[in-house]
Amino acid sequence: MALDQSFVGRTYPPTDPYEVGREKIREFAEAVGDANPAYTDPEAAKALGHPDVIAPPTFVFAITFRAARQVIADPKLGLDYNRVVHGDQRFAYRRPVRAGDRLTVTSTIETIKSLAGNDILDVRGEVHDEAGELVVTAWTKLVARAAEEA
Amino acid sequence: MTDRIAYADVEVGTELPAQTFPVTRATLVQYAGASGDFNPIHWNEKFAKEVGLPDVIAHGMFTMAEAIRVVTDWTGDPGAVVEYGVRFTKPVVVPNDDQGATIEVSGKVAAKLDDNTVRVDLTATSAGQKVLGMSRAVVRLP
Repeated sequence: MALDQSFVGRTYPPTDPYEVGREKIREFAEAVGDANPAYTDPEAAKALGHPDVIAPPTFVFAITFRAARQVIADPKLGLDYNRVVHGDQRFAYRRPVRAGDRLTVTSTIETIKSLAGNDILDVRGEVHDEAGELVVTAWTKLVARAAEEA
Repeated sequence: MTDRIAYADVEVGTELPAQTFPVTRATLVQYAGASGDFNPIHWNEKFAKEVGLPDVIAHGMFTMAEAIRVVTDWTGDPGAVVEYGVRFTKPVVVPNDDQGATIEVSGKVAAKLDDNTVRVDLTATSAGQKVLGMSRAVVRLP
């Protein structure tokens, strides 16, 4: 069944702050096998003009996706999460995420489409730091695949 | 770290050094822990097959994280990335053996933009199939 179009434009309350830790960044960089010293060595990061170690570009998804789950799991929206796959992902960065950031995410449903029985949902997550400055915007396209014919 | 690439030295068509990234089941378990994405399609073969996949598949966000390394290794400063987006077109299937799978990534400068930025178009393949579509990054160069 097609999702309720009245959810388009709906914004969810900001998440509680997520504090970005140096060791969490290191763990993520190791998991993707990336030895760039800007992720682990504060001096190397400073040499590039950053105040502390920075996170790899896709690190922030862990935070924005957790926020998007409040949308996905909204019982009033009624999306079948078991059938959801990740279609597209895009980020626009004002500055890199860095250690010590306390980040909140505000999620908004941008579009809802129904295509060949699939529900397609675009969620925009705006990530702000403790000073209220925008750090990065994440656009996540979620596709709830049509239930298979019996 | 390599010397920083300057905007003035880059032309449309400039190719970035291509790279190959290995991915095994162990890689996926490690990525699941680091990212917090514990969806069983990324580590449980039985579950993956039950939902119609050929085998365990890599997290799309893992593939996305590897692909941008061609850009961040080229610029030296990962903070130079201004925009980055991909479409997940095909899954990276990761067999349960010693080899696992590989993700091959190449990139080239597609456009020189304002404000010392360039657009890099990326191509990512695994087992001969394109796994990312519309994979593009905008980076600011010195």
